[in-house]
Amino acid sequence: MVSPFFENLAWLIPLLPLLACGVLIGWGVKLHRKIGDRVALIAVAGIAIPCVIAWGILASRVSQTFGAPHEAGTHGESARETIEGPEPFEMAVEWAPLGPLSPAVLSPVTRDLSPAFDGRLKVGLRIDNLTAAMLAMITLVAMLIQIYSIGYMHGDERYPRFFAYMSLFCFSMLLLVLAGSFLVLFAGWELVGLCSYLLIGFWFQKPSAASAAKKAFIVNRVGDFGFLIGIMIIFFHVPSLDIRAALAAAGTAAFPPHWVAIAGACLFTGAIGKSAQFPLHVWLPDAMEGPTPVSALIHAATMVAAGVYMVARISTLYVVPQVAELEVFAGLTSLEIVRYIGIITAVLAGTIGIAQNDIKRVLAYSTVSQLGFMMFALGMGMAGWVAGVFHLLTHAFFKALLFLGSGSVIHGCGGEQDMTKMGGLRKAMPTTFWTFLMGTLALTGVPLFWAGFWSKDEIMAASWAVDQPVFWLGEFAAFCTALYMGRLMFLTFAGDHPRDHSIHAHESPKVMTVPLTILAVFSVGLGWLGMPGDHNLMHHFLGSSAPQIAEHAEHAVAGGAINIAGIEFEIVPLCVSVMAAGLGWLLAAVIWGWKLVDVPRLKQAVPPIAWAHNVLKNKYFFDEIYHATFVRGTLALAAGCGLFDKYVVDGIVNLVGWATTRVFAGLARLADTWIVDGLVNLIAEAQKLAGRFAAMLQTGRVQHYIAFSALIAALIAAAIYVLGGHWI
Amino acid sequence: MILSVLLALPVVGLVIVLFLDKERHVRQIQGVAIGASLAAFVWSIFMCMAFATEPSRGPMAMRLEYQAPWIPSLGIGYHVGVDGLSIPLIVLTTALSLLSIVYSLRITVRVKEYMAWFLLLETGMLGVFVSLDFFLFFGFWEIGLVPMYFIIGVWGGPRREYAAIKFFIYTLVGSLPMLLAILACYFSMPEPTFDMVKIMQANPMAGAGVKAALVFWAFFLGFAIKVPLWPFHTWLPDAHVEAPTAGSVILAAILLKLGTYGFVRVILPMFPEASARFADYMAILALISIIYGALCAMAQSDLKKLIAYSSVNHMGFVILGVAAVAARGGVMASITTRTTALNGATLQMVTHGIITGALFFLVGVIYDRAHTRNINEFGGLAKQMPLYAGIMMFACFASLGLPGLAGFVSEFFVLTGSFSSYTLITCLSAIGVIITAAYFLWMIQRVFLGPLKERWADLPDMDWGEIVATAPLCVAMLVIGVYPKPLIAVMNGPLTAIVDHVTRLAGLG
Repeated sequence: MVSPFFENLAWLIPLLPLLACGVLIGWGVKLHRKIGDRVALIAVAGIAIPCVIAWGILASRVSQTFGAPHEAGTHGESARETIEGPEPFEMAVEWAPLGPLSPAVLSPVTRDLSPAFDGRLKVGLRIDNLTAAMLAMITLVAMLIQIYSIGYMHGDERYPRFFAYMSLFCFSMLLLVLAGSFLVLFAGWELVGLCSYLLIGFWFQKPSAASAAKKAFIVNRVGDFGFLIGIMIIFFHVPSLDIRAALAAAGTAAFPPHWVAIAGACLFTGAIGKSAQFPLHVWLPDAMEGPTPVSALIHAATMVAAGVYMVARISTLYVVPQVAELEVFAGLTSLEIVRYIGIITAVLAGTIGIAQNDIKRVLAYSTVSQLGFMMFALGMGMAGWVAGVFHLLTHAFFKALLFLGSGSVIHGCGGEQDMTKMGGLRKAMPTTFWTFLMGTLALTGVPLFWAGFWSKDEIMAASWAVDQPVFWLGEFAAFCTALYMGRLMFLTFAGDHPRDHSIHAHESPKVMTVPLTILAVFSVGLGWLGMPGDHNLMHHFLGSSAPQIAEHAEHAVAGGAINIAGIEFEIVPLCVSVMAAGLGWLLAAVIWGWKLVDVPRLKQAVPPIAWAHNVLKNKYFFDEIYHATFVRGTLALAAGCGLFDKYVVDGIVNLVGWATTRVFAGLARLADTWIVDGLVNLIAEAQKLAGRFAAMLQTGRVQHYIAFSALIAALIAAAIYVLGGHWI
Repeated sequence: MILSVLLALPVVGLVIVLFLDKERHVRQIQGVAIGASLAAFVWSIFMCMAFATEPSRGPMAMRLEYQAPWIPSLGIGYHVGVDGLSIPLIVLTTALSLLSIVYSLRITVRVKEYMAWFLLLETGMLGVFVSLDFFLFFGFWEIGLVPMYFIIGVWGGPRREYAAIKFFIYTLVGSLPMLLAILACYFSMPEPTFDMVKIMQANPMAGAGVKAALVFWAFFLGFAIKVPLWPFHTWLPDAHVEAPTAGSVILAAILLKLGTYGFVRVILPMFPEASARFADYMAILALISIIYGALCAMAQSDLKKLIAYSSVNHMGFVILGVAAVAARGGVMASITTRTTALNGATLQMVTHGIITGALFFLVGVIYDRAHTRNINEFGGLAKQMPLYAGIMMFACFASLGLPGLAGFVSEFFVLTGSFSSYTLITCLSAIGVIITAAYFLWMIQRVFLGPLKERWADLPDMDWGEIVATAPLCVAMLVIGVYPKPLIAVMNGPLTAIVDHVTRLAGLG
């Protein structure tokens, strides 16, 4: 056993970026005034140290995985092979007491009703091989992007604030990846959303940026609504929020498969939002309003992949109900939902990408499309699991590279983002061009050398084995990928000089091009780790994190268990993939490279093409439809509620108040006139009468007085006689 | 005795204030008011320590109890005491009273009366939280009403008289049936008494009779108006809009909690069977409050009204948690889920107090400068007032339930706890979380983002007094959000006991 030296430092991984964020928010502006752009080194240091720790963890786990004497894979073709890696590393603290901490506090009647939960909710971190790979990728990419930003953000008014937000993002993302419980996962999940909000809206004075930030957060919230419900379902079956406990309980009597299926589907809603899957993909292209390093880090490499990561982490929840073939929605199992949403997204975004002119938006749709690939890979269960994660890792590098490259292009062109105004940048920006080319070749899946080929081809091979219609749709999306990326390359870099003469392109500074070069190296080299063969390194390393299911259940799940040798090599899908990529490139070259086709004339000649182009250019009108229905609908409902409240609910209150005062005032007036006043008058009248009567007695004659006195005396005497004189 | 001193401290300050000259001694009046509220705050911290050191005599037992006969022939006693349910609310009250008085130093009109009313208000609110005798409870309940009536009516906005009267009458309409219900409890006891602990133990309203139902609904009405629960909420926006800043803060942060406190202290433990009978209605009203409150908030263009409706929205979660405790249905409901819901509901009282208190302070900040609260008139203020924008966004994100900040913890526990009691209603309530995000972010966009409007190009950022009033609240939001264990650990014991009590008496499975 290698000592878990680096693992014991795992808590530092999210903490240091948080610290950097705190320092930059507190003292960033002052420091910036004093030491200039070097203030960004705080943020770089805040991610560089975690990067060292993360690679240390990765190295230690790699050596444990491969150094172990029991060598898996010797059984060759046997599909049944639990791949064992080193034990996950865990840390947890109690976060909140919930309910009876010991049965003793309960009355005997309710004691029996208390479930197994011990009343202490814990939160914690967990590192297994999947986490280790993600950590290494995120810290490295984030560090390179932070370095790149030193140059890119130079001269920005809120320079230190940018690095503070980026550091906060690193904290949140690392927390998300390290999460050992759903609560931490959700916290990281929401916090990356916050950072995304803050960074998309970094240039908040631009109204479009402010709107895009809001849209991103709210659309994500829609997905999180499902996520939250999924967590609730899990908590009250398991009952714990620990991810491992939830996965272990899935399918048992406590957590029956149909609830597992529903929980999985709900959690997937969160992934749909975060990973910009159809139908919640609309926020990601708008998110390009943020500075380009943000697009590279958050909206390409890491945050948007969080949904894929989450689905990978919990895929037991999809595999277990798949075994029982439990339908969740419209006759589909939860696993099939993941698969179909993924493929729809891949095709939809791939087609839209062809018709966009903004360089960043093309890349954004490409990201959506690639996320769809990862998702449908995971949606094939065990067969595609490693492929999906592998593609996540390779994609992070080459898409970060492409975004940073596009940032370099935009930087060099003085802020211009419209590709139709660019051209001929190959000569003006050689480093950018060559690194960008590496990224493009990786993305389009050009064979042999580039990472994207190996990871994407594995997905295609898996889908060929599991679901052929999905395979063909995937190949169509791959064709689109090559087409739009080819178009981008030709429009931007080919030709002799920038089409728009106002653009005087120049190469970016070293601080930007060096990260590009490093990313380019990874975009090429990383794929070799996943080459199919007897001993597929990726499969062996990641396989231990894959869902573990019982042997008898295997036949029901497509593809069986994870095969340590990877997907069996198949010639047909490989050829189709190569042809799809080749066709895409060829078509791009014909139209935009050699310009053999005049697009405007073609559109005039064939109306359906013009029509299709219009639909794609407008992104299938999703924004318009959502605006007309959900946005308008909610606002109208809100306005309706507001008016209802003002005029009906409060109206009734005021009416009651008014009526009460009226009725009471009326009654009071009557009472006043006839009773209160009447009584007063009555007393007055009575006194008057009494007075008159008494006045009559006052005659002034002595004999009258004597007679009156005698009468009274006689009356008293009579009274005494009658009453018996007791009371005197 | 500790609690009696706590009640007396603001009154002592009040008496001193009354003896000072209202024109020559303005500074001294302010000093005394701050001193008295600071003393009460420090004393409440001391009370926490005394509470922690006193050994517990059982899960439902009160601590720091003091009992003395008052009018023994009528069964009225002076009985005060605290448990884990009231402790956090008492500290919240003393803290926010202190901050409100600090913030109110900018009041220049009739300072003497203002401070006097504020101190009386503090005693009234504290009294409700410590009373264990219904006579006392009702007395303090009504005492809290009068100062707020004057604070709104004298120092309020243009429609202050309407709002003050509406607030006063509406609450009074609720207290009248409550008084009758208290008397009903009194006469139902074998030996008539107003002692709340005894009433709770005796459970005089057992059974499913009409009387129990009437008493339940009478209490319900009194508390629901205070919460306020839909459809009894319309006094709230008016009162908030017209009240001066500190008045709004106290109103939202503390006075509303008197109602929810009543639900947890009175309705659940004293009428467990009736609560179980009518829990479904409570849950439905809570759901309506959540969704409807959020939608109404979205429709507002007055910043204060928006936050007032957000209170309706957030207080709905408290009632949802209360209803979940007593729910009869629910396949998976267990003592753990019910306690989780009640923990969340009680925590929501505290977190909403902190967050909404801060939000009202912050609205006051902008109103003092711009003399308008109309969201649509602002724009781009983040450029002009970066600190203000930062703190405001912090508080808004806390309110919309961002993990790591206080609001998330309580709403999360209410939702997870209620899920097993009311699956559908809880899922629908969770939609409120989306709408909440939408209206807050929309407000932020219209007020802070976009290009700065010329009109606001000379607004100064927050001053020290404003920072002092809001910063402690922001720190509290962060601390509770990151590590709620210490706070929940205080509440969990008695709340578990209440759930246990309700579950047993109402025969819930």
